[in-house]
Amino acid sequence: MAIRERLSGNEAVAYAIKQINPDVMPAFPITPSTEIPQYVANYIANGEIDTEFIPVESEHSAMSATVGACAAGARAITATSSCGMALMWEELYVAASNRLPIVLALVNRALSGPININADHSDSMGARDSGWIQIYAESNQEVYDNYIQAFPIAEDKRVQLPVMVCQDGFITSHGVENIFLVEDDKVKCFVGEYEPEHYLLHPTERMAVGPYAVSNYYMETKRGQRQAMIQARQVILEVAAKFKEMTGRTYSFFEEYKMEDAEYAVVIIGSAAGTCKAAVEQIRNTTGKKVGLIKIRVFRPFPEKEIAEALSKVKAVAIMDRSEMFSATSGPLGAEVRAAMYQAHGTAQVVNYFYGLGGRDITVSDFEKIYDNLETIARTHIVTGMYEYIGLREGTLQEEK
Amino acid sequence: MERTTYNFKEVMSKPERLAPGHRMCAGCGGTITVRTVLRALKEGDRAVIGNATGCLEVSSFMYPYTAYEDSYIHNAFENAGATLSGVETAYNVLKKKGKIQDTFKFITFGGDGGTYDIGFQSLSGAMERGHDMVYVCYDNGAYMNTGTQRSSATPQYADTTTTPAGKASAGKVQVRKDLAAIIAQHHVAYVGQSTFTANFKDLYTKAQKAIYTPGAAFLNVMSPCPRGWGYEPSEMMNICKMAVDTCYWPLFEVMEGKWILSYEPKKKMPIEEFLRPQRRFRHLFKKENEELIAQIQLEIDKRWEELRNKCN
Repeated sequence: MAIRERLSGNEAVAYAIKQINPDVMPAFPITPSTEIPQYVANYIANGEIDTEFIPVESEHSAMSATVGACAAGARAITATSSCGMALMWEELYVAASNRLPIVLALVNRALSGPININADHSDSMGARDSGWIQIYAESNQEVYDNYIQAFPIAEDKRVQLPVMVCQDGFITSHGVENIFLVEDDKVKCFVGEYEPEHYLLHPTERMAVGPYAVSNYYMETKRGQRQAMIQARQVILEVAAKFKEMTGRTYSFFEEYKMEDAEYAVVIIGSAAGTCKAAVEQIRNTTGKKVGLIKIRVFRPFPEKEIAEALSKVKAVAIMDRSEMFSATSGPLGAEVRAAMYQAHGTAQVVNYFYGLGGRDITVSDFEKIYDNLETIARTHIVTGMYEYIGLREGTLQEEK
Repeated sequence: MERTTYNFKEVMSKPERLAPGHRMCAGCGGTITVRTVLRALKEGDRAVIGNATGCLEVSSFMYPYTAYEDSYIHNAFENAGATLSGVETAYNVLKKKGKIQDTFKFITFGGDGGTYDIGFQSLSGAMERGHDMVYVCYDNGAYMNTGTQRSSATPQYADTTTTPAGKASAGKVQVRKDLAAIIAQHHVAYVGQSTFTANFKDLYTKAQKAIYTPGAAFLNVMSPCPRGWGYEPSEMMNICKMAVDTCYWPLFEVMEGKWILSYEPKKKMPIEEFLRPQRRFRHLFKKENEELIAQIQLEIDKRWEELRNKCN
């Protein structure tokens, strides 16, 4: 029987770590992910796990040591947020190109500056090109479930890529929710022993990691990483199916909420999906309007065909970005979804919104307005700009149109 | 610890752990440092060699060829300390779990750029945490891989590409950072400073101690660079001898907080003997720059006195 608990997102990740008992965890504290290494250090101090914790002197060293440990043949993990991940940036690419199945618990937080400790997706979205699989969560339950699924995805021979398990800083990392935990033995069995094929400490072979590869070789390396990303799609679905067998909980590339007959759709990532679901309920109950929601779970590899298909019958779509990329055309999710729809000859009108930067709240009534806008856009076929803002204080800047 | 008398012939006939065919320059000190240190490994012991980005890395592990007979990891420029601390920790866990039977030693190499400067924090962290590893700095006194830019290991008044000597400049303004002393202040298990003298006995025995003393160890090895320093390859051993005989590069070690002088020249030579064969100091021998050489001499005398006091 599943265990009923009340845990914060950070506690849920730490609990999953305890159940998995990985070999090495180098980490450096940063709000709001600090609690994760703290909990792990406590488990170690109380003799509950035999993980070795390396209290490194920076996040760059955290990921460097994680790379070293994983290349050596250990199951290696770390956790971070925001500027911590920015400091790891170089190492994210090294981890991915060395095909090391590291699992990183990322508690999403806005990047400086100005310094801000609250949730947005600028950290992970900035790293979207680093070659990591990215899995996002709406709730604490999803964070826990995603974290457990990350290992069999990363370590699958067809994949061998690092995985970032993302959750929204404070909103889920510190918010306490009811949660179902899987029994220890089931988690252990689901995740399995880590048995790498090649590693530095191999008993019978030697290995060299991290070569200088000139232009004769570099491009094929990147193509190899892409192949792993392509193969990861199948593995992500297989792991989700196995997870469903174990828990009854369903996971895929994204969740479709009331999309069967939807004419107006929001595409969103993370905890704000919960608020959006409340708006969908309210609109459907009070007006009968056919509104729906797509919540992206897997952003890398991006499920472009499936998304385009899911949006093929709607009249208008609002794509919600919780990070800036200062593109003239969109935010990161906007760019991906639009490109997917364009390639599939999608006919829906598309509007891209920035919301929630640096932890700014988004409310049910904000989403109600968004669905109202979608209705207007579908009727008039007029989208006023490539992107717009939700919750931005007016009069703070003169936008040039 | 095993202490045997040093037999040059015997040591030199041990199997090479850095294979020939790498692309380092003729007359490169860095390569000699690597070969000498790796020779100090017991033949049955396995090793994981780490490496910061630099000349050594790009010349010894060009895909798909590696010059290393042992397992090897290059990660990036500034993180050789952190990377090997991860490898060493993985070893401890896997050994504890019975997944590994062999004895492994952990040795990482970095130039002075990767060690004194960009990798300083990562080195300090790894040393402070006390991982059972050796960090070897092959100190050639500038960023040689990118073309002889100054580092904090560059001696004062050296001509480098970012501190060029010219009408309004006499080369690098600042004096060298004393990294071996800084690492000794981390209270690590072993620190040794060495270079190529006396048939490599000094470097070889220090490498043995560094590798086989449990805990974190640091070796700072002056490793001349023919391109950056501007000398004939045949001059290298003489330059090394002059470096120690002028007390520019004193040989010492620090064990359990105790400072030990490894070599005291019978006759301390004037610093000109070290400077003269090197192109990077050529401008100092102009008549108007006599004062600069005197300044260098004063600094060396001061540091030599300080070191001798520590070693008493």
